[in-house]
Amino acid sequence: MKVVVIGGGPAGLAAARAAAGAGADTVLVDSEPTLGGQFHRGDPQRVDPRVRHLANSTVWAVEGMRLHVRTGPADSPSRTGETLNADAVVLATGAHDRVVPFPGWDLPGVYTAGAAQALAKGQKIAIGHRVVVSGTGPFLLPVAESLKAVGAEVLRICDANTGLGWLGRPRAASPAKLAELLGYAVRLGAAWRPRTAVVAAHGEDRVNAVTVAKLNPDWTIRSQERVAVDAVCVGHGFTPRLELAVAAGCVLTDGFVQVDHTGATSVPGWYAAGEVTGIGGADLAAAEGEVAGAAAARGACPTKALAKVRSGRRFAAALADAHPIRPGWHTWLTDNTLICRCEEVTYKDLRAAVDLEASGTRTFKLTSRIGLGLCQGRTCARAAVDIATALSGDRRTFFTPADLQRRPIATPLRLAELASLPEEDL
Amino acid sequence: MRVTIDGVPSQATPGQTVAGALLAAGRTSWRTTRVKSRPRGVFCGIGVCFDCLVTVNGVADVRACQRLLVDGDDIRTEGP
Repeated sequence: MKVVVIGGGPAGLAAARAAAGAGADTVLVDSEPTLGGQFHRGDPQRVDPRVRHLANSTVWAVEGMRLHVRTGPADSPSRTGETLNADAVVLATGAHDRVVPFPGWDLPGVYTAGAAQALAKGQKIAIGHRVVVSGTGPFLLPVAESLKAVGAEVLRICDANTGLGWLGRPRAASPAKLAELLGYAVRLGAAWRPRTAVVAAHGEDRVNAVTVAKLNPDWTIRSQERVAVDAVCVGHGFTPRLELAVAAGCVLTDGFVQVDHTGATSVPGWYAAGEVTGIGGADLAAAEGEVAGAAAARGACPTKALAKVRSGRRFAAALADAHPIRPGWHTWLTDNTLICRCEEVTYKDLRAAVDLEASGTRTFKLTSRIGLGLCQGRTCARAAVDIATALSGDRRTFFTPADLQRRPIATPLRLAELASLPEEDL
Repeated sequence: MRVTIDGVPSQATPGQTVAGALLAAGRTSWRTTRVKSRPRGVFCGIGVCFDCLVTVNGVADVRACQRLLVDGDDIRTEGP
């Protein structure tokens, strides 16, 4: 019984441990040099010694239960290839920051919350001396704390929502979660500004000021002021990394991999855990990983972890409800605001594509060039779909979540690497 | 570890990324965009956005935020 776990964050680590514990021959494939994923940045985690850990490794294609892996330094032509034949796969590919575009978000000095966190925790670098943190969701708080720990002055923490709605929901939060939030409130409360947002960044070749706006509940602007900064950090929740799930044919629900209570996806042998199944944080991800890893290895269901999954999902649902993305952000945009950073497609260009009656993924991408650049739409696709859908009213549906993540080559590969593959691997 | 950044010798520490070294040297941008020649540096920091590309030992299009420096690396960027 061979179980391959893809992703070395909290979900993948727990899945690998559970699968190995159930007696499966277990491989953990992770793209980072050290385990822990985006959450444990700079605080390397260890995996069960029975697990074969493939670091600096990326699964770039899947064919049934065959996984094609490249191992070596990031984007290096010297990487080596390997094909893994799995009896079961656990997808724990996680998520990356979702950022809502605004004028100037492409200026140097504007970073995602994940970048600020990775640079602070992994590289001990503060993105600036005077920083405004903006977006929505609880992740902004640990990021602000990491920034302070490396010497940045955090002027404001702007959450476009109030973030407090879930407090009224019975059984939504555990005492531990409440204590964690109370700690943040004590340490960061002075900078905390609910229902505000950075709606523009200013500067010539790098950011030197931002416009911070007070928002209405729908995120339209009530009033605004200019704040001098040397860096901005933005995060509006997360986007799951679904390329491999889509390639494997897993059914998605509301933009996430659909799983049953054991973590089984719609495709036999394929399991999923962590943020690809819904945004819920490290504790929930680890519990989901333990359940899915055990199920993938056909081991006994860990009942304690299963109970944690249930309560964790209640908390995650409440948090998601408290941090929606409201359509008022469209009013922050100007004609020249970039939506697609790679191909430099502006809001105006996008409107023109909608006016051309582009419909469906392909024509929309080809007329606007949205998502055709280096990042393949990973950064802009959700924003572009939101805008296009709003502009076209009820006339058309542009994309489905699966369309946005259909990338037969799931991670970037050099042509020389493709050319060097033995024929039986293609 | 000793590395070279745009021809200038520099010290690096194990675990340091190319982006980490560039930012530590005070650089916030090191690439210009294809269409509008706008400056770019790190944006996502986790390998997703491809804004931070550099040339490492003659190989172009390497994500600076993902690549760990090794002794003797020659890093070339497109601009200031």
